[in-house]
Order: sequence, then structure tokens, then C-alpha cells
Amino acid sequence: MALAQHLPALQVILPLISAPLAILFRRAGPAFLIVTAAAWLSFAIAIALFLQVDASGLISYPMGNWQPPWGIEYRLDRLNSFMLVLVSGMAAIVLPYARGSIEREIPHESHYMFYAMLGLCLTGLLGIVITGDAFNLFVFLEVSSLSTYVLIAMGRDRRALTAAYQYLIMGSIGATFIVIGIGFLYLMTGTLNLADMVPRVAVIESSRPGLAALAFISVGVSLKVALFPLHQWLPNAYTYAPSSVSAFLAATATKVALYALIRFYFTVFGDNFVFGKLPLPEFMLILSLFAMLFANAIAIFQDNLKRLFAYSSVGQIGYITLGLSFDSVHGVGASIMHLFNHGVAKGAIFLLIGGAVARMTTRQAAPPAPTFERIAGLSKAMPLTCFGVVLGGLSLIGVPGTAGFVSKWYLVLAAMEKGQWWLVGAILVSSLLAVAYVWRFVEAAYFRAPPAGRETGKEAPFALLIPGWLLILATLWFGLDTSFTAGAALDAAQQLVHSGN
Amino acid sequence: MTLAEFNPGGLLVAGGLLLPLLRGKFRALFLLLLPVAGLVHLSVLVPGMHGVVDFLDYELVTLRVDRWSMVFGWVFMIAALVSAIYALHLRAPLQLSAGMTYAGSAIGAVFAGDLMTLFVFWELTAITSVLLVWAGRGAKAYQAGMRYLIVQIASGTLLFFGAAILFTSTGSLEFGAIGLNSAGGWLIFIAFGIKAAFPLLHAWLPDAYPEASEVGTVFLSAFTTKLAVYALARGFAGTDLLIPIGAAMVVFPIFFALIENDLRRVLAYSLNNQLGFMVMGIGIGTEMSLNGAAAHAFTHVLYKSLLFMSMGAVLYRTGTAKASELGGLWRSMPLTTAFCLVGVASIAGMPFFSGFVSKSMIVSAAAQGGYLFAWAALMFAAACMFLPDIKIPYFAFFGRDSGKKCQEAPINMLVAMAIAAAFCIAIGLMPGRLYALLPYHVAYAPYSVSHVLAQLQLLLFAGLAFALLVRWRVLPLAEPGINLDVDWLWRGLGASVVKTVARVFEIGGYCLGALLSFKLSLFSGMVERHRLPDGFLSRSWPTGSMSLWVMLMLVAYLVLYYLGG
Repeated sequence: MALAQHLPALQVILPLISAPLAILFRRAGPAFLIVTAAAWLSFAIAIALFLQVDASGLISYPMGNWQPPWGIEYRLDRLNSFMLVLVSGMAAIVLPYARGSIEREIPHESHYMFYAMLGLCLTGLLGIVITGDAFNLFVFLEVSSLSTYVLIAMGRDRRALTAAYQYLIMGSIGATFIVIGIGFLYLMTGTLNLADMVPRVAVIESSRPGLAALAFISVGVSLKVALFPLHQWLPNAYTYAPSSVSAFLAATATKVALYALIRFYFTVFGDNFVFGKLPLPEFMLILSLFAMLFANAIAIFQDNLKRLFAYSSVGQIGYITLGLSFDSVHGVGASIMHLFNHGVAKGAIFLLIGGAVARMTTRQAAPPAPTFERIAGLSKAMPLTCFGVVLGGLSLIGVPGTAGFVSKWYLVLAAMEKGQWWLVGAILVSSLLAVAYVWRFVEAAYFRAPPAGRETGKEAPFALLIPGWLLILATLWFGLDTSFTAGAALDAAQQLVHSGN
Repeated sequence: MTLAEFNPGGLLVAGGLLLPLLRGKFRALFLLLLPVAGLVHLSVLVPGMHGVVDFLDYELVTLRVDRWSMVFGWVFMIAALVSAIYALHLRAPLQLSAGMTYAGSAIGAVFAGDLMTLFVFWELTAITSVLLVWAGRGAKAYQAGMRYLIVQIASGTLLFFGAAILFTSTGSLEFGAIGLNSAGGWLIFIAFGIKAAFPLLHAWLPDAYPEASEVGTVFLSAFTTKLAVYALARGFAGTDLLIPIGAAMVVFPIFFALIENDLRRVLAYSLNNQLGFMVMGIGIGTEMSLNGAAAHAFTHVLYKSLLFMSMGAVLYRTGTAKASELGGLWRSMPLTTAFCLVGVASIAGMPFFSGFVSKSMIVSAAAQGGYLFAWAALMFAAACMFLPDIKIPYFAFFGRDSGKKCQEAPINMLVAMAIAAAFCIAIGLMPGRLYALLPYHVAYAPYSVSHVLAQLQLLLFAGLAFALLVRWRVLPLAEPGINLDVDWLWRGLGASVVKTVARVFEIGGYCLGALLSFKLSLFSGMVERHRLPDGFLSRSWPTGSMSLWVMLMLVAYLVLYYLGG
């Protein structure tokens, strides 16, 4: 099976080719078909790779048959094969949704550009995850970032442009920092292959350039992660982007950046050094707590639903970094699980809100912002949409039976293992904040009377409802059957934590 | 997988969720079929641990069948059937669905073999039952429901954290005897105590129950508190602390029940008093007293729902359940009156009615165990509680004629009441059948001469006292108004705590330049937005200051690494 050997390459190349093809056709229909087909194929490949890694362990794929330390290597272990499933799966769900939702958000003549950009963004994100080469990682980071700026700027709201511009500046600063960090590492070790770097970094990591490299990479990646207080670009970007883009980014972009953070901290520098010798755990813990408490508290006061859930994302990222800072199998496992669980739930919520907005949009007009005033009494008109958002919200709170509970449970367990009982309290408080903002939605949608003169008397279009509900069902499924998420995440954490570096 | 592997609560929960999809006659039929199927399901269960599922790294026992769970399972299922019949006239699918899922989750909790499963069903009862309170409609019901929800969720959260602490120390999630030896045990004790309406934690009960719809209250009165009694019996049997708690519970509601005007609230207080008997039985902890608690829970579910059903029927026909507005209804509603009298006879412990055979067990157990103080409290309460109990039929059906004329209750309500009344009488006449179901095999004969005579004397004097109070016009103390009891503590203190918290936040907000003047409103459960978008943290920053933060973070990381490394 020659083809089966090349699956790692095809994983990235298929969406990469789909983008220029989409542009060549210059028409929405074919562009949609090509990019969607590429996304579905890459989802299938991701599952195949996941199973392969599950069965036989590490996969190393030399790009162009150039052997690893010199050529670019694609390297798959438990962690990134799991991430590939999340990223490609979200693309596979979001693309069919986008066809219906961008109708009223983006002028018809630029639809093919939209699909091409989404294809490129997917390429970049998959590339970051799969590659085993530091510079290659930076290139893919730029591919995904540049396409993301374009995607956000396509939002119909005029503020989308400023949001995209700000994200462009911040993203570029972040990327520059990352490339500076990688440059330092290259200077000191003479290699760009991450696996090859590991033993060499161990020698130089305490040197000043080594520490500077770590600092630059920390800040650069934290920016892309939107780790408090570098999260300021995120709320505007998610709020004003087209619905499908908000959902895709919320579910994947920050998650992939978190993956990069885990890769650098745990694999390249080694957690024994980063978390054992440097005072990073305390610092990360403080930032995570700020994110969990402040971002969630700010979310309560937002008037625009998309913005509310954007801030909630910043808060949820706090849980993930909190888990990392524990540097234990349960803690890191909880983080990796939460990457997935939160991505699915938040993606679902943004998709469902997008569906409601599409229904509220009158012809030719710009889509209205989903403010609490507008969604008052929405449950009468759109029972399925509202119920879905509530279920997704329950997962954000961490109610048993939803995926969010599983990851939070392990997080609490990890905190208890460390004897940090007060952190259990902090997690509880931030969950209560989540209850408050989800309740605001329930209160508005179920208990308030609809505003006079709203003409939307119908459920969101089914083409937009089904993808959202698929993800909601996934949230419930992974809340009950944890063998895939918890199994893969704990395995990955086992590989990462105290791996002897 | 056979039927005996599944938790019988699951059937009602799933069926309850399907109810809104059906219409008209099919819905009514399905509604009746669910508890009937549940009763069949109960009869095929075999003792032991079943339905073991792996969740995370733990083995959850979703179905534990033993004598304790069966006795509560039976009575809950019967109550579900009676309530379903009582609700047949309703055209509100949401209420029916909430009622059935609520009953199902309570039954599910009774059969839970581990704390995690218990917690899931525990929370589910809270969420489904609040819908029944809200079904009462109106701002008062909404606010009472909101308070109720907050309290119930708090109970669930305590249970969860208690279970987590127990798990980290013992490595087991089994729901067996817990005891008060650890912090986890205390948290769980308080969680159970909230649901069992311990004194000072009870305010939610008389607050929320009378606000629910007439059907809602019937459901509510059957499950939540008895589930807590069951949980206490499992986890804390023989805990001495329960004896004084139970004594306080039987005594303090008497006064409130006596002065209360809303007859459904009188019933809520008397419910609280009855719970005290069961709590005390659990606290004494002998086989006899535990049997008494289980038996009393069994009979109590039936006669209490009978009483709530009769008051619900009055409310349904006349639109009010206030003593001051009712009277002389026996002419209009003779059957309802008769059923109500059966309920009162049972609750008062009249010989040959169900209350007598269960209540006397607890009283005898207290006497045998040498708990003189507890025994005195029980006797005192049994005598005094008769006053508010008899007040219900007196002011509703007899007494001063209010001039209200109405129809007899709808046929489905009458059937439901007849079934419950039949159970009350049958248990009173043939207590052996009930005793055979109880957790322990104890020989007990309620109908000894001294017993019957003593009880009759007690009731006679209480009846005399009631007659005199009416005669001297001490009763009715029918002042319409809110009787706050210790709820003032929660409403007053709660509001001031919330205001203080909001204040602290506000000051913190000024310091940060953010979170400007907002107030948390507990009663609406809503946060009102004021000027927050201008806040430092939530406004959109200029790109320049974002970059500044990036530089600050870089410096922070560099300093940190250089100093640390």
C-alpha cells in the first residue's frame, strides 16, 4: 500500500491543493465542492492516522524522502494524532454549514475566495500539528494566520476590518517572537528538527540564549493562545467574523496554538526543566486564574452573545493552562481533553447562534448582532436552536453528562493530587460564573417576552441547525463515553509528562 | 441485557422527555402507561448490584436493589401513578413532562449504588422540579422557584464535593454508610440536610411548595424530601446528631402552621413536621426505628399527596386555598371532603389509618431506646400538630360558610384521591403487608390496647383544644400576609450578603477601573448591566496598548527565567 504510507503528507497536501484549485474556478459552487471534499478526505485521513498511531505507536514520515535531521519530518504521536482529528473534524462540519451561512454575510462574488481561505487556514492548522520541524511549524503558523486575517475581515460588520487589522498586528508580533525564539534555538543547537533538538537543548537550556528563546516562544505562542492578558484581540475577532469562521476559529485556532505551547514546553524543553527548575508553574497558575475568573466575569456583562462566548473562551483557555501548570498526568490529560471538549462545545454554540442570526437577517441587510434584546423570547420561535445552546452551555459549566464535566473532573482531581484545595474552590467559582452567563441566555430566551415587531417566527434553517446539533450530540456523547477523549488524552499526557528529558 | 439490569427511574425519565411529542388521548394514555410499566419493572427486579457501567476510571453501579431501595421504589412509583392520574386533565405538556422526569429521577436516585449516580439524579430532581414551581405562574412563583433552584443546586454541589473528598481519601464511590468522621461526610450530611429541610435549612420548602401549580405541588410533596430521608437512612443511620435535629423539626413548624392562612402552606409546614419523625427514627438507628422511618416515609408519601390533592382540587375549583376565603365547601365537594378527612385521620395518627401504624413505630422505638427527651418531643408534636391538621378540613370544607359554590373535583382527581385514600385505609387495617416490605424483619404489633387508647386520648384532647380555640375566636388567625419564619434570615441576610459582595466587587472594580457600579440581583437571578463596556478589561483596546502588554509579558518572562534558571 503505497498510498497508505503517504497519509501524513496527504493530510496537509490535500487541503493545500484545494485552495488554489478553488481560486482557479472562480465560482462558488465548484470551490465549495473542492474544499469540502478536501476537508472530508483529510478528516478520514486523520482518523486513519489516529488508529494507526493507536495500534503501532509513533509514525515518522520523511518529507520528499529527505531523512529527518536534515529534511522535514512529519512526526505523529498520541497528542498530535488526536489534535488532527479535532481540527479536520471541525473543518468537515463547518464547511457544509458555511455554504448556507455566508449567503447573507459575504458578497456572492467573493465566495470562492472564502472557501480558498478556509482551505488554507485548515492547511496551516493541520501543518502546525503534524510537522516535526521548528521552522516548518512557523511557516504553517503564518499560513493559518494570514488566511485567518482575511476570513475575519470578510465579516459584514465594518468593525470586522479593525478587528482583523488588530489581530494582524498582534498575530505578526507573536509570529515574529516565535521565529526569534526558533532562531535562538537554531543558533544554539544547529538543528531545526524538534526531535533532534531535544538532547541538544538539554545541554544549552540554562544558558541565556536558551532562556531567551524560551521567553520569546512563551510570549509569542501565548499571544496566539489568547492567554490572559494577551487575549485582547480575540473578543473582537470572534464577534465580527462571519459565523462559520467564529465557530471554526473558536474550536481550532487557539487549540492548535495550545498544542504548540505543549510541544515546546513538554517535548522540546522538557517539563522537568520548564516546570521543575523555572518558576513557570506559579506564573502560569496566576495567569490561568486571572483568565478563569476575570474573563468569565467579564463574559457575564456582555450584551452581544458572540462576544459573551468569546470571553468565555478566554476563561476556558484558563482551565487548559491551569491543567498544564500542574505538570502531572491527570493535569496535562485534563488540558488535552479540555482542548477537545471545549472546542466541540464552543464550536457548536457559535454554529447555533450563527443559525439564529441568519434567520433574523432580512434580505440585503447586514446580519444583526445577536444581542440579548434581540434574542428575548427566542425559544418560542427557535426551540431547537435555544435548547442546543443551553446544552452547549451546560458543557461549558461542566455539568455531568456533558463533555465539559469529564475534563473538569480530571482537572479537579489533579488539583486535589497536588493538595491544592483552594484551587478546587477557584474552579468552582469560575464554574459559577459560567452558570451566570449561561443563565443570562436562558433567562432572555425562555422567560422574556419577544420584542414587539420581530418577524422571525421560524426555526433556524436546517442546513445550519444540523451541523450545530451534530456537535451538541458529540458533546453529550463524549460526556458519557470517555474512552476516546479521556483514553487518548491520558495516553498523550503519559507520553509527555516526565518523559525523562 | 434484561430489564432487571436497568434502573427503573430511567424509564420514567425517558418517557417523560417523550411526552411533549404526543398529543391528546395518546399523551394521556402514555402518561398512565409510564408508571404502570414502572410498577411492572419494579416487580421483575432481583436483589443485587446491576447495571455496572464504566465511566472515566470508575465503576458506577446504576442499579442497586435491596430492601431499602425497594420500599422507597414502590412508594415512589405508586405516587408517580397517583400523581399522573391526578394530572390527566392538564393540557400543559411541559408540566407533565417535568413531573414524570422528576418522579423518574427521584426513583433513579433511590436505586443509585454509588455517589456519582446519586449526584446525577439528585441534580436532575432539582432541575425538573423547579419547572413545576414555575408552572404556578406569576412573579411570586418565578421568584420562589429561583430561590428553590439555587438552594437545590447548592445541595447538589455540596454532595458532589463531599463525594470527591470521600473518594480521594477512601478511593471508593460506593454509597453506603458515610458517617460524620470526615469533611466529606459533613458536606454530604449538609447536602442531604438541605433537601430534608433540616431546621434553618428548611425555608425553601414552605416558600416554594405553595407557589407551584396544583398538580406541581402533588408531585413535589412526594419525592424531594423523602429522597433525602432515604439518603440519610443510607448514609447516616444512627447518627446521634439527627435526634435533636429531628426533635426540633417536629416541634417548630407547629406554630407556623397554626398561624398560617394559606392552607397549602399549612400542609408544607406539617410536611416538615412529619419529616422530623423520620429524621429522628434514622437518628435513633435501631432496626425498629429505621423500619419506622421507612414505614413512615411510605405512608407519609401517600397521605400527604392525598391532602395536597384535596387542596389542589379546592384551588382548581375555587381559585384560592386561603383559609380566610374558604368554608362550607362540603356541600359542593362532598367526595373531596371525605378524602381530605381520610388524609387528616392518617396524618394525625388515628388508629386504623396509615399514619398510626408507622408513627407509633418511631415513638415506640424512641421509648425503647431510652430517649426520653425525644419521646416527649414526639408526643408533644403528635398532640399539637393535630390542631393545624384539623384546621385544613375545618376551614376549607366546614366552618363559616364562605358562600362559594362550585363543582365537585374533576373525575381524574377524584380517582387519584380515591386510590391514595384506599391505600391509607388499607395500610391502617392491614399493616402486616407494609411491614413485610420494610428493610428489617422486626415483629411489631401496633394495635395493643394501651397504644390505641393513648393515641385516642391524645387526639381527643387536641380536638377539644381546637374546639375551644375556635369558640374563643383565637382561631382563625387568618391574617392574610407573608409569614416569613426564618426565611427572613435568608431573604434579609441573603440580600445583604449579595449587596456586600456586589459592593466589594464594585470597589475592586474602581481599583481596576473596571466593573463599574453593578448590582447582583439574587431574586431575579439576573445581573443587570450598567456601564461595564467602558470598563478597562472589557473594552476594546487600542493596538498600541496591546503591544505594550506583549512587551511587558516578554520582560516578565525574561526576568522570571533569568532569575529562576
